[in-house]
Amino acid sequence: MTALLTVLTIAKARDGLVAGDFSAEELTTAHLEAMGSKRDLNAFVTETPELALERARASDARRAGGDVRGAMDGIPVAVKDLFCTEGVLTTAGSHILDGFRPSYESTVTANLIEAGAVMLGKTNMDEFAMGSSNMTSYYGSVKSPWRGSEGQDLVPGGSSGGSAAAVAARVSMGATGTDTGGSIRQPASFCGIVGLKPTYGRCSRWGIVAFASSLDQAGPLTRSVRDAAIMLGAMAGHDAKDSTSAPFALPDFEAALTGDIRGLKVGIPKEYTLDGMSNDIQALWDDGVKWLEEQGAECQELSLPHTKYALPTYYIVAPAEASSNLARYDGVRYGLRVNGASIDEMYENTRGEGFGEEVRRRILIGTYVLSAGYYDAYYLKAQKVRTLIARDFRQAFEVVDVLLTPTAPTAAFAIGEKTDDPVAMYLNDVFTVPASMAGLPAISVPAGLDADGLPLGLHLIGRPFDEETVLRTAEALETAAGFTARPDGVGA
Amino acid sequence: MAYLIQGETGGWEVVVGLEVHAQIVSQAKLFSGASTAFGAAPNNQVSLVDAAMPGMLPVINEYCVEQAVKTGLGLKAKINLHSVFERKNYFYADLPQGYQISQYLLPLVGEGTVTLGMPDGSQREIGIERLHMEQDAGKSMHDQDPNRSFIDLNRSGVALMEIVTKPDIRSAEEAGLFLRKLRSILRYLGTCDGNMEEGSMRADVNVSVRKVGEENYRTRAEVKNVNSVRFIQQAIEIEAERQVEAHESGAGVVQETRLMDSARGETRPMREKEFAYDYRYFPDPDLLPLDLTPDYVDAIAADLTELPDDKQQRFVTDYGLSAYDAGVLVADRETADYFERVTHATSEGGKTGSRDAKMAANWVTGNLFGALNAAGLSIAESPVSADALGKLLDLIADGTISGRIAKDVFEVMFETSRAAGDIVEEKGLKQIIDTAEIGTVVDRVITDNPDQAEDVRAGNDKTIGWFVGQVMKATSGKANPQAVNELLAKKLKG
Repeated sequence: MTALLTVLTIAKARDGLVAGDFSAEELTTAHLEAMGSKRDLNAFVTETPELALERARASDARRAGGDVRGAMDGIPVAVKDLFCTEGVLTTAGSHILDGFRPSYESTVTANLIEAGAVMLGKTNMDEFAMGSSNMTSYYGSVKSPWRGSEGQDLVPGGSSGGSAAAVAARVSMGATGTDTGGSIRQPASFCGIVGLKPTYGRCSRWGIVAFASSLDQAGPLTRSVRDAAIMLGAMAGHDAKDSTSAPFALPDFEAALTGDIRGLKVGIPKEYTLDGMSNDIQALWDDGVKWLEEQGAECQELSLPHTKYALPTYYIVAPAEASSNLARYDGVRYGLRVNGASIDEMYENTRGEGFGEEVRRRILIGTYVLSAGYYDAYYLKAQKVRTLIARDFRQAFEVVDVLLTPTAPTAAFAIGEKTDDPVAMYLNDVFTVPASMAGLPAISVPAGLDADGLPLGLHLIGRPFDEETVLRTAEALETAAGFTARPDGVGA
Repeated sequence: MAYLIQGETGGWEVVVGLEVHAQIVSQAKLFSGASTAFGAAPNNQVSLVDAAMPGMLPVINEYCVEQAVKTGLGLKAKINLHSVFERKNYFYADLPQGYQISQYLLPLVGEGTVTLGMPDGSQREIGIERLHMEQDAGKSMHDQDPNRSFIDLNRSGVALMEIVTKPDIRSAEEAGLFLRKLRSILRYLGTCDGNMEEGSMRADVNVSVRKVGEENYRTRAEVKNVNSVRFIQQAIEIEAERQVEAHESGAGVVQETRLMDSARGETRPMREKEFAYDYRYFPDPDLLPLDLTPDYVDAIAADLTELPDDKQQRFVTDYGLSAYDAGVLVADRETADYFERVTHATSEGGKTGSRDAKMAANWVTGNLFGALNAAGLSIAESPVSADALGKLLDLIADGTISGRIAKDVFEVMFETSRAAGDIVEEKGLKQIIDTAEIGTVVDRVITDNPDQAEDVRAGNDKTIGWFVGQVMKATSGKANPQAVNELLAKKLKG
């Protein structure tokens, strides 16, 4: 029974709860057991079983009294450790937040609580969401539930790697992630699950530890497109506490899943074809075009000429904002403090010990590009290029409704690979970063396996605040792809 | 005559620009809901945003924007409909975010003007370069413990306006006049209480000197964070003298930031570490650009209170006051309002209509100011209300008491807050206007002083004055002076 419960989608679990087939407590217990059996993945920094059971029982009690808060009521989910959770350790994967228990709940997780969702724990992540492999966490690497063809341990992707691993390993039915340059979509692709980055401004950033404020956006990682629609509906919404939150009413995302994409215009941006990209990826992309056309969509090649500048531009803008956002971790008020003879020495000791290598690298890059004499050449120019990237998309969306690309240039790689070459690591984000720079909604859908049997994702990018078209198209891909592969030993 | 410093090589002109930090009057901080009230226990007015907890975001306080726009209009300045908040990055223990949210390239308010009334009656215009909004830092306290510093974040995030002048100020005196005028405008608008003791207004002073006739500015030095008009004036004089000496000795002036040491009467350079920051300004991605509509600005403009310059002009035109008297009355809004209440008799029991405005002005700036100064009270604390003073003026105007008696009555009013009419009644101070009654006294005084009477008749008019004094003394000052003069002239000189 319990094993069966953990393989359900959120939509199926909702139906089971409604039908009284099982209780929220049973559902949660099954997942807590799965969590216990998958500790070797290191997907969680903090497990919150008591809190989970308490909320599950509360959900059951509500349901018994006829008060059901919607599709997420009683659904166990994991929360990336970047979201501040009241009274629960929140680390951002960093040593510098040692012992930090917020007195407040982030808007997104508060919305989930309000919708009745049950938090299983806080998931591991790249430190301050900076990474594409989950190898930069102070709490150690997360292992993907998938294994390499020779049994080697693989990265789950990053930075929402703990969330992706937990969902793929059937420890959690869904998880929150955050995406700054691909941190939801790339791990979703690596782990064979769905990852949705909504439009910038769709989910409140209030209470999410900031990495790059103009890019950060929360979204769901789930095992189906429908689940992503359901979970986004419970996370999103306008929040007056975030000035960049969009003051729009929420559509019913699940209702957008009509299964009908006839007449949909799909753009295939030619700049997303990389030299040396594996045949598997190209073949999958071609399959995607075919699948959509078979369902009545019209695909056409088009050009987004500034795409090639997106990644270098991102690696100026994001570190610049991060260098300033992370200035508050100074040892004065919370988290780690390493004393020194003077205040400057205390800062140096605290930040030197508290931040890992990748975070220090990005703070240095960001400080450099904002410095007098370099600002115009780097930061200002990057902002101008960002405007051009956004314009490319705007012009494309005058012609098409949605864009189809691969999610990542490769499948998951082995733990320990690429750590000595930051630029190779940054290339993981080459397909996901442009949509981030333009603030557009985008989703990764598991669509196939490579020659080594590892999952690959296809990536859809939509118009601002048109998650509905993105989700509808994603479901069409999902249906056609029929992706049923599971990591070994999961859901058996 | 322009203010010049006479050096060994001739006259030097002083060039000053001010950067005034004025705390915006508001209930809540610029980007958080925490209170701004002065004097709370340390760290009792700190929100999660002010303490820069992880994931916290600033949200602009729209009232502060309105206040800053109002101030810009009061400085006759251009309101920029599009402005941008930027982050000024530096590390300090009392700066929790590690950056100050300020405005840099695109401030809310552009160029404006403040007009100064000079003591010689002329006017000077001081240009305003810009006004921008920013948040204040917290306060470090290094004197509470031998080994530790303490941080109070109550001020962290409080809204400030930085008002920057053009280098148009030419003396310490002008700087003082400018600051008083600016303070007056801000207080009229209700956008800053101008209280320098509580730190609501502070200034950085940019000083340079140049030889008379030179067109270009020489290198300036900035004296940081001076917090009283007197110290600002002192800083200008000391720094200008130092620079003249530095130029004349050949040592030269370097562009630097200096600190005022008022105890030693000198300025000294800050240690390089104290100011050599690269602030790495960039637009704050947590905040949208501030975009205002012309309608929004017009609505604030339409609602703008009458400012000191306009009020002064009106007082001259409508009340016939001298520019000087009008200037004194309008310097403080409460004084101006008090004066106008004295002038307009609308009170119950008093007559309605206008009183003699010049007389009202003389009483307010003379007797009332004198008594308030002596008692150390502000006009808001005056024991004599504007209505009460008006009724006293009514008693003079209708001849019930003389101006001299009125001064005595005013003193009693000031001490007791009682009504003028009651005091006059109780003490029997009503003026004697009955010529028969006064004549009797005049006759008696003449009879009693035959020698002096002979003196007057011999042509010594000065002695008439002595007789007036004797008659007034005999009537306890109550005799109508005009009647006394007339009767004496008639009876002594035929």
